[in-house]
Amino acid sequence: MADAPGAQPTTFLLGRLNWEAIPKEPIVWVTFAAVVLGGILVLAALTKYRLWGYLWKEWFTSVDHKKIGIMYIVLALVMFVRGFADALMMRLQQVWAFGGSEGYLNSHHYDQIFTAHGVIMIFFVAMPFITGLMNYLVPLQIGARDVSFPFLNNFSFWMTVGGAVITMASLFVGEYAQTGWLAFPPLSGIQSSPYVGVDYYIWGLQVAGVGTTLSGINLLVTILKMRAPGMTLMRMPIFTWTSLCANILIVASFPILTMTLILLTLDRYLGTAFFTNEAGGNAMMYVNLIWIWGHPEVYILILPLFGVFSEVTSTFSGKRLFGYSSMVYATICITILSYLVWLHHFFTMGSGASVNSFFGITTMIISIPTGAKLFNWLFTMYKGRIRYELPMMWTVAFMLTFVVGGMTGVLLAVPPADFVLHNSLFLIAHFHNVIIGGVLFGLFAAINFWWPKAFGYKLNVFWGKVSFWFWVVGFWAAFMPLYILGLMGVTRRMRVFDDPSYQIWFGIAAFGAVLIAIGIAAMFVQFGVSIWKRNDPAMRDETGDPWDGRTLEWATSSPPPDYNFAFTPVSHGLDTWWDMKREGAARPTGKYHAIHMPKNTGMGVILSAIATIFGMAMIWYIWWLAVLSFVALVAASIWHTFNYNRDFYIPVDEIEAKEAARTKQLQAAAGV
Amino acid sequence: MSYFSPSNPAALYLKSDTAAVDKYWDQSEHHPEEGASTPLGFWVYLMSDCLMFAVLFAVYGVLGTSYAAGPGPKALFDLNLVALNTAMLLLSSITFGFAMLALYAGDKKRTLRWLFITLLFGLAFLAIELYEFWHLIHEGAVPQRSAFLSSFFALVGTHGLHVFFGSVWLVTLMVQLSTKGITGPNIRRMNCLSMFWHFLDVIWIGVFTFVYLLGMI
Repeated sequence: MADAPGAQPTTFLLGRLNWEAIPKEPIVWVTFAAVVLGGILVLAALTKYRLWGYLWKEWFTSVDHKKIGIMYIVLALVMFVRGFADALMMRLQQVWAFGGSEGYLNSHHYDQIFTAHGVIMIFFVAMPFITGLMNYLVPLQIGARDVSFPFLNNFSFWMTVGGAVITMASLFVGEYAQTGWLAFPPLSGIQSSPYVGVDYYIWGLQVAGVGTTLSGINLLVTILKMRAPGMTLMRMPIFTWTSLCANILIVASFPILTMTLILLTLDRYLGTAFFTNEAGGNAMMYVNLIWIWGHPEVYILILPLFGVFSEVTSTFSGKRLFGYSSMVYATICITILSYLVWLHHFFTMGSGASVNSFFGITTMIISIPTGAKLFNWLFTMYKGRIRYELPMMWTVAFMLTFVVGGMTGVLLAVPPADFVLHNSLFLIAHFHNVIIGGVLFGLFAAINFWWPKAFGYKLNVFWGKVSFWFWVVGFWAAFMPLYILGLMGVTRRMRVFDDPSYQIWFGIAAFGAVLIAIGIAAMFVQFGVSIWKRNDPAMRDETGDPWDGRTLEWATSSPPPDYNFAFTPVSHGLDTWWDMKREGAARPTGKYHAIHMPKNTGMGVILSAIATIFGMAMIWYIWWLAVLSFVALVAASIWHTFNYNRDFYIPVDEIEAKEAARTKQLQAAAGV
Repeated sequence: MSYFSPSNPAALYLKSDTAAVDKYWDQSEHHPEEGASTPLGFWVYLMSDCLMFAVLFAVYGVLGTSYAAGPGPKALFDLNLVALNTAMLLLSSITFGFAMLALYAGDKKRTLRWLFITLLFGLAFLAIELYEFWHLIHEGAVPQRSAFLSSFFALVGTHGLHVFFGSVWLVTLMVQLSTKGITGPNIRRMNCLSMFWHFLDVIWIGVFTFVYLLGMI
């Protein structure tokens, strides 16, 4: 195992890529066969129905923030299936491997699965999901026509795809990291992990990380510079506020991850001594650095969903959000505090009582603004006329579930308790409790809430409820046993067990995972049925405002036209669209003007394809290809800057035709 | 079908009271000024880049005295050479300033001339830095020798790489200026590169103080 880097046989042409790289496990073959078969079917269908040109022109090269947002969410859903398959495999292994049984996964395979599960769920499910959501909604909510840098937006998306492609390739060629999702050295160093696994991890994250950072800058600047006239910071919709804070966190934390991984790369490729045991390196520094990124990261994930819950609660309670400004200040407090707590992830490293106390206390303080938010939601509901539509159901489920996760978090923030519970299944239960109960439930609320805006029809309620109940019950069944197992002393990432008293709890957890699987299947059925019955008049959204909404995204048609708004909205207070409706300003039909828009471009796809090739070349030590693709990347970027012809005008008659059709649609809906 | 509005909800969306519409919708021709977001966007990018350097400085702070029984700063650094190098970079910032003045004066030829001089200073900086690295490597002070040297090469090398890519960008912009002239997009790009170039100066002041001067005490 502990080979020196040069010890693996390499050739000039293919580096260390050879037949040995093909996994020898039947499980992987079956998966591979299924993926290839499915892939061929999809490609054949696309060819048969002549969809390639449509996809390329209307979607892949699009700089429209709405289409990019939808593509992000499609990517997240695809990766979610992969990440969840990993979860099911782990649940099965852990309930199986008792009484001397080795289960069905060897340690090499099992360790890759828990690493891939974590990486994929955070970087390629949760992140693209919220980035997609922010992309779709923020420009609409602030009354803008697009983001500040539309091409950059397209490029960011394709870089995220590139990272996902690299990560998925590891399943069939070579191996993935066996280090856990944060790849702590010295385990992730070249001595302990000499093969390609950790390199797949590094380059997958680096390629995607470029996209994440740039999209963070883009959305941050969009919110600061592109707001409609009159929309001061304290008149922004709360989702836009939480997006602003999340993007500040992205810009102020992802560079740390990037640099930390670069240093790990230098250790692995050039033999430097940053995190090594020899030559004065310091592995604990890696753990510090990665969590200085990692803790803000969890708030990047949850803050936008706090925004979603706020929008949903006030809309379905038919009331203004209770305590808008306290909600904003609570969000800002969390943003700042998120940088002062990273050490609570490794109290056991032994930084001393004073340091541990400081970080324990700052961690507990975060629960105060979070608690304030929860009370704001409750007071918004108080005396409201609550409509229990699907988004509201997910929100209530979130409130009940997230509070438990939050409380176990405060428990873990107590250093002496953490010394007992560190790296136990109690921790696993805690963060799944907040990530599923907070982030995922929020995303489901968001999908059900904004789907009609994006596509012009509502989602099926029956299958939505099936999905909801299987998910919520499944979640509690799958994760409460892990709290108990954690208190019994079971640590995370274990593959086989001796003590038979654990087995019943793993059995319950596995049963919960099956319920969740049904919930996921029901969600896809919900999408399918809704698309199938999209012309059902009861489900159509003709007005563009199916829920009696309050913010500007509901002021335009569903789906919105390319240019979002024919005229620029002017804000005179919070909940601008609510005011517009009440004062009779819902439908401006003045003299239209040509609208200035950015042109589509294929450069985002091309650049990220080259970056992906570069990543693969680095992983496999194919140096000639790495040099070639890097030079090509720089050259293509420079070439792109010579294109000065990047915009066009939507002519007036096109706008007139679209707006006239919209007026007709509204008249038909109103029966006049 | 609907939960909220009294009789005919959809009619609500057709209501357009002229005064209210004028209050809530700007119906004049209104386009966000082109490229208005770029300076702020580039600033934010620079701050994210600054964070990458912050990590490198922090790493140097932790590992900067881990010599692993190898050579330390006093045995390796030649302050005279570094002073010369610093002068090159600072002078290049001044000349870039002159290029910006010429740009705002609308004088293309003078802009290009100052940019060329800036490029020469930048390349001189890189040449001296490469000489210093070559010298260190020649003496056996390679990045793999100790954590101190790893973090030294990473910090100074990352800065050098920035100067290199800044120079590539500078040449690109010179070509674009000479072919397309002083246009809106080109002024915007010059502003960005100018910020980038001065930013590298500021980082270098940090490197010079924190690594070289403090190392010699």
